[in-house]
Amino acid sequence: MTAESRAVAASEAHGASHGTAVAGHAASRGISNPVLGMLLFITSEVMFFSGLFAAYFATRAANQPWPPAEFQGLLDPLSLILVATIILVASSFTCQFAVWSIRRGDRTGFIRNITVTFVLGVIFLGLQAVDYSILFSEGLTMGSGAFGTTYFTLTGFHGAHVFGGVLMLGVILYRGMLGQFSSRHHDAVEAVSLYWHFVDVVWIVLFSVLYLL
Amino acid sequence: MATHALSPAAVAGYRGGLYEWLTTTDHKKIGILYVINSFLFFLIGGIFALLVRAELAAPGLQLFQNEHVYNESFTIHATVMIFLFIIPMLAGLGNFAVPLMIGAPDMAFPRINALSFWMLPLGGILLLMGFLTPGGAAAAGWTSYPPLAGNSPLASPGPGQDLWIASLVLIGTSSILGGINFLVTIFKMRAPGMTLFRMPIMVWTVLVTSILVVMATPVITSAIVMLYIDRNLGGSFFNPESGGIAVLYQNVFWFYSHPAVYVMVLPAMGVISEVLPVFSRKPLFGYKAFVFATAGIGALGFSVWAHHMFTTGAVFLPFFSLMTFLIAVPTGVKMFNWVFTMFRGQLTFSTPLLFAVGFLTMFLIGGINGAFSASVPVDFALHDTYWVVAHLHYVLFGGSAFGVFAGIYYWFPKMTGRMLDEGLGKVQFVLMFIGFNLTFFPMHILGVKGMPRRIADYASGAGWNDWNLVATIGGFLIGLSMLPFIWNVFVSLRNGKVAGNDPWEGNTLEWATTSPPPPYNFDRLPEIRSERPLFDARHGLVGHGEPEPGPALLEQPAPSGEVPAAPDDEAGVGEQTTTGEDLETKR
Repeated sequence: MTAESRAVAASEAHGASHGTAVAGHAASRGISNPVLGMLLFITSEVMFFSGLFAAYFATRAANQPWPPAEFQGLLDPLSLILVATIILVASSFTCQFAVWSIRRGDRTGFIRNITVTFVLGVIFLGLQAVDYSILFSEGLTMGSGAFGTTYFTLTGFHGAHVFGGVLMLGVILYRGMLGQFSSRHHDAVEAVSLYWHFVDVVWIVLFSVLYLL
Repeated sequence: MATHALSPAAVAGYRGGLYEWLTTTDHKKIGILYVINSFLFFLIGGIFALLVRAELAAPGLQLFQNEHVYNESFTIHATVMIFLFIIPMLAGLGNFAVPLMIGAPDMAFPRINALSFWMLPLGGILLLMGFLTPGGAAAAGWTSYPPLAGNSPLASPGPGQDLWIASLVLIGTSSILGGINFLVTIFKMRAPGMTLFRMPIMVWTVLVTSILVVMATPVITSAIVMLYIDRNLGGSFFNPESGGIAVLYQNVFWFYSHPAVYVMVLPAMGVISEVLPVFSRKPLFGYKAFVFATAGIGALGFSVWAHHMFTTGAVFLPFFSLMTFLIAVPTGVKMFNWVFTMFRGQLTFSTPLLFAVGFLTMFLIGGINGAFSASVPVDFALHDTYWVVAHLHYVLFGGSAFGVFAGIYYWFPKMTGRMLDEGLGKVQFVLMFIGFNLTFFPMHILGVKGMPRRIADYASGAGWNDWNLVATIGGFLIGLSMLPFIWNVFVSLRNGKVAGNDPWEGNTLEWATTSPPPPYNFDRLPEIRSERPLFDARHGLVGHGEPEPGPALLEQPAPSGEVPAAPDDEAGVGEQTTTGEDLETKR
């Protein structure tokens, strides 16, 4: 890392403030750089999933009946997937509790809540793996026509995003245990929590579309 | 903390040489890396273009053993030019100029900025590595429509197409991260006084471009990821046999790729909107109209994608035709802005202005022949003919590439501290301008005569021979025009005229610092009270024509007859003294 990048990293670390001798204005007002960056990243992620959803609805409209007769009733909302859904939604709450904790400066509460969120995220991934294996055993795979392709692509990319979110949670958990966050300095926590909520919302939409609609 | 960023300790860690360039997070160096990398890929893409033109010079297969190699050539030509030349070249110019223009010390996320850059050479290498694989490189055209891009033995069975997908996902991610970086930089890092409506037009165009990039690029990622799944994981998104829809790919692909043409041209419009006022010695005519036109193009850009798909029969023709015609309105507004900026200005025909005027005229032709294709019946006749090839090269080469060279000649003094040679620059411009029109104007005629695009061979009785030969000669003239440019860069880096801070008497903040600027860009900024802060400072004006005692760069008005001393450690802002003198003469 060069000297410049260190200096900028340092200035990033102190909220968004930056500046030369003249440009050292109050950049800390309003939304911080990392949070704005994350919101824009989430915007692009929404567009990515929009592309996949567009493909889903287009193929679904072109294939009647949906699901195909052989897979009728396979995607049952009242099954393991409901447990997974509840777990992921709950993890969004614990994630927000963690944010509120660190905003108050409560590091213990922050670490406890992030740990719970992290564990819930891992459990969700495990349940998704179990669910996949059940579906495979029923004969639904990526290769079983448009139904299987769209199902596994949508849930697979969501799962990959959950995995990414779990990694991010792990990083902020580690940094939190090192004591790097405080009530005034926790942009990374805010950004990761936004991402986690996004992952959660995508799942709610996915669950509604794939299982209920 | 703010002063730490500029303290000698920070600069002491500054390492020179190759190591510094490979590890830099300085937006100016990254910008220059972008420009160099993009120019190298421009040469690679150009070589493929010359191969294609050489093959088409006469009927029959002369150069290539078979059509497949020809298909690879035009596919790689287009992919390289679009994704590895124009888009990153403009991103690079923006990377260099935007933080300077808004008075920021760097981009908002310097390390992500470096990451965005380094994905590009990696993506490019992945793409070209296709030539080493058994089936050769991608050969389904830059659009890679399935089923042509599918993995059946008759389509694109080899890994070349997969490398194309991987490469585009990387380049797309680079674009998205770059776009986010630009947006946060522009929204959060502007200097005091730099309100949105005082930003240089270049910054506005980069802002709108970045919104397009963040909103549209992920959609092509989804399209080519689905293509990858179809090819490698047994998916059936685009395979009608198992319930997929082939046209779906085109919809998702063009949902990105139409906004992408604005990604490819808006920053070039921004460049010439900086160049034209400076070399006309007038402010830009209709600043706000230009800004709203840019935003309008960005918004309309999302509603016209299906005009690439008129002949599929799967899209609602009247809507997309109407929206396409509507885009001509904001574009026309910009034409008026540029023409009336030059009207009655004191034009100095330096190379940047020549290239900017080249942009203006060639883009006008490209806009007009584009409007023809927006008309559904005409499009049905001209779809996939050389007319379309002519149109897209008039906007992307005649437009964007001329704008890119305008920008390079304009900012080279700021990047390196030395001027490019004017004589060689004019030679390049003349060669390029003539070569360009020789190459691409005949393609209109070929298109109307029915010559389809993407063919390796044609019958000699079809009446296409002469114009194809002319186009090939023109193509090699364009290739030739790169030699004076490359020579110019090498000579000027060693012996070029020393530029000084502000060789063009510019209006925008980048000319207020040294050439090249120090790592943190500015020690002192002029006061920003209009969209032309340097003009104001130069003429002792702050704000719109209201004279104030202290020009912006000075802390105190100078006592009469005395040029104020520069503040102690602020080396490198030579503007201070000049401004002081200007002030004296005014008094």
